[in-house]
Amino acid sequence: MKEMIVAIRVFVVLTVLTGIAYPLAVTGFAQAVFPHQANGSMIRQDGKVVGSSLIGRQFDDPKYFWGRPSATSPAPYNGASSSGSNLGPTNPDLMKGIEERVRALRVADPGNDQPVPPDLVTASGSGLDPHISVAAAEYQVPRVARLREITEAKVRDLVVRNTYGPDLGVFGERVVNVQELNLDLDRAKAR
Amino acid sequence: MSGWIQIAVYLAVLIGVSVPLGRYMAKVFNGEKHLLSGSLGWLERFALRVGGVDATQEQDWKRYAWSVIAFNLLGVVVVFALQRFQGMLLANPDAMKSVSADSAFNTAMSFATNTNWQGYGGESTMSYLTQMVGLGVQNFLSAATGMAVLVSLIRGLRAKEASTIGNFWVDMTRATVYVLLPFSVVLAVVLVGQGVVQTFDSAVKTVSGQTIALGPAASQIAIKQLGTNGGGFFNVNSAHPFENPTGLSNFLECLAILLIPAALCLTFGEMVKDRRQGWAVLAAMTALLLMFLVPTVLAEQHGNPAFKDLGLESTANWEGKEARFGIENSALWAVATTAASNGSVNSMHDSYTPVGGMFPMLLMQLGEVVFGGVGSGLYGMLVFAIIAVFIAGLMVGRTPEYLGKKISPYEMKMASLVILIPCAVVLIGTAAALMNGAGKEGMANPGAHGFSELLYAYSSMGNNNGSAFAGFGANVPFHNFLGGVIMWISRFWLIVPVLALAGSLAKKRVAPAGSGTLPTHTPLFVCLLCGTVLIVGVLTFIPVLALGPVVEQIQMHGAR
Repeated sequence: MKEMIVAIRVFVVLTVLTGIAYPLAVTGFAQAVFPHQANGSMIRQDGKVVGSSLIGRQFDDPKYFWGRPSATSPAPYNGASSSGSNLGPTNPDLMKGIEERVRALRVADPGNDQPVPPDLVTASGSGLDPHISVAAAEYQVPRVARLREITEAKVRDLVVRNTYGPDLGVFGERVVNVQELNLDLDRAKAR
Repeated sequence: MSGWIQIAVYLAVLIGVSVPLGRYMAKVFNGEKHLLSGSLGWLERFALRVGGVDATQEQDWKRYAWSVIAFNLLGVVVVFALQRFQGMLLANPDAMKSVSADSAFNTAMSFATNTNWQGYGGESTMSYLTQMVGLGVQNFLSAATGMAVLVSLIRGLRAKEASTIGNFWVDMTRATVYVLLPFSVVLAVVLVGQGVVQTFDSAVKTVSGQTIALGPAASQIAIKQLGTNGGGFFNVNSAHPFENPTGLSNFLECLAILLIPAALCLTFGEMVKDRRQGWAVLAAMTALLLMFLVPTVLAEQHGNPAFKDLGLESTANWEGKEARFGIENSALWAVATTAASNGSVNSMHDSYTPVGGMFPMLLMQLGEVVFGGVGSGLYGMLVFAIIAVFIAGLMVGRTPEYLGKKISPYEMKMASLVILIPCAVVLIGTAAALMNGAGKEGMANPGAHGFSELLYAYSSMGNNNGSAFAGFGANVPFHNFLGGVIMWISRFWLIVPVLALAGSLAKKRVAPAGSGTLPTHTPLFVCLLCGTVLIVGVLTFIPVLALGPVVEQIQMHGAR
C-alpha cells in the first residue's frame, strides 16, 4: 500500500515534468525561434494558405509536374489521414496500379518512350510525399515545357532551383519539391 | 553507392557517440558526480522528495519488482482513462471523440510496455492532451523502467553477497531526469528547425480544400526515438513529412533509435569495472545487426523483378518509400527499428520484398536483443550471455560462471523463462488468431503475404517492438484484447525473472577467475554469443517463416 502511494506521487511529478512542462517548453522555444517550421512550413499567397512545402498535393493536369502516387483515403494527399498503400510485392493490385500509372504518363506525353523512374509510379510511404527523384522530374520536363510553350531550358532551370539534398552532402537523396516547383511554374507563366 | 556510404557514416557516428554517452550514464547510475549533476541535480532531488522516496534505502528484488509493476499499472490506468474521456478534456482542438474500450485498452498496454503498437491513426484519433500527457509520458516512463531494470541486473552481477539491488524510484528518476529528458529537449529543438511541427493549433484548411493535420509532434518524436518507443504522432510515423522532413532529420532520428541501447553496453562495462565486457556485448550486437542489414538493403535494391516488364527504369522497390530517404535509408531504418525494439518506421514494411521484410521480422523474433529496447535489449542480451556460458560449460563439463558468478539451476530457470516466453506468445498468438478467424479477416493482401502480415503483427506485439505490416487490420476487439495481454506478458513476465536473476546473483560470492574460466570478452565469446542468439531464434521461427516470406519470395521470382 505504501508502495502504491509512492508510485502515485512519483507518477504525478514525472507526468507534470515530461507530459506538461517538457512539451510546453519545446513549443515555446519552437514558436519563438522557428515559427515557420513549427507551424507546418505553410506557403501563403495573398495572405491565404495554399499548402505546405512539406506536404504534397495531387497534380494530374499534364501541364504540371506530377508527384508520387498517394494511397490516402478517401482522396489522394489527404493531409488529415496519412497512409501508404501497404500492397505486398506479389499483390496483383500493385502491378495493376503501376501499369495504369505508366499508361497515364504515356497518354499525357505521347512519343516519350523513356523507361519510367520507379518512384513516379509507386505510392509513397506517407501518401503525402512532396518530393520526386531528380530522374522523375527530368522525365517530365519535355512534357511540361511543350504544354506550357516555354523552353525546356527554362523548365529545367526551375527544377534545379527546387532541388534539395543530400543534406550536408551525405544524408538523404537528391530530390525535387513538386509542390514548390509547380507554384514556380505558375508564377513564371504569369510574368 | 552513396547509400552504403551513409550506412557506414551512420555506424561510425553511432559507435563514436556511444563511448562518451556510455561513460556518462555509468556515472549517472552509480550516483557519482557528472556533467549534469550541477544543473539538473535539484530536479532529481525535487522529484524524489515530492514522491516521498527515501533515496538511501535500497530494495531487494521482490520490492523492486513490486515497485516496477505498481508504477506501470498506474500508467495503463491513466492512458486508458485519458483516451476514454478525451472528448470532454482540454487541448482537443480537432474535437476527437472517446476511443473505443478495446482500442484504448490495447493502446494503454502498448505504451506502458514500451511497445507502442498502434491500432489507431494518431492524427485522426488522439487529442493533443492524450498524446502529451498520456502517450508522451509513457514514452519516458516505460523507457526509464527498462533502464532501471537493466541497472539492477548489472548491480546483481557486480555485487558481493548483497541482499539488495538498488532503488527503483531512484534509478528510474535518474534515467528520466539526466538521460531521456535533456537529450529529448535537444533533439526536439533540432527537429523543429528541420521542419517537424510543434504547435497547439488545430488542423489547417488550404485554399484548395486540403486539410493538413498539425500538433505538438517534435517533443513526442524526440522521445519516441530515444526511448525505443516508436509510437508515431501521425499514422505513418516517421514516413510523414511533418515527423521526418529531411535527410538530416532522418539521420538524427535513425541514430536516436540505437544510440542509448548501444551506449548502455559500454555503461555495463564501466559499471562492472571491466570495459572489455561491454565492448564484447556491443561487438556481438553490431555483428548481428550487419548480418541482417546487408541482405535487407540488397533485397530492396534488387527489388521486384515484375517491375521490369512494366517499363520501369529499375526494379528497385520504391513502393511505400519516401523519395527523400530512398532505398538504403529506408532499409537501414527498417533494420535498426526492429533490431532495437523501437518500431517507428520511415517506410511501409508491408510493401517490402518478401525477404526484405523477413529480416526485420526475424530481428524481432530473436527476442529484441540485438540492441533491443533501452535497458530491455541489454538485459535480454545478458541473459543470452548466461545461456552461452552455460552451453560452453556443458561442452567441457565445468560449472558455468559469468563475471565470477556461478550459474546454478535457479539462474538457468529464470534465463530460460526470459528466452522462451516471447517465442511462446508469438507462436501461440499467431495460431490463436488464425484459428479464430480474426486473423484471416485482418489480412489486407492475398496469399502468403497475408500470413506474413499476421505473423509480423504478433511478432511485433510479442516482443514489444510496435512496428507493423500496416495493411493488417488490427484494430478489432480480438486483436486489441489478445495483443494487449501479450504485450503485458512479454514485458513484465520477463522483467520479473530478470529481477529474480539479479537478486539471486547479488547474493553470490565472486569467485576469482581460474585457468578453467571461460573469458567473456574475447572474439571467441562474441561468436558464441551471436551463435546462441541465432540458434534459439532461427530454430524456433524457421518453420513459420517458411509459410510466409520464404514461400512468397519463391512465388515472386517464379511468377516470371
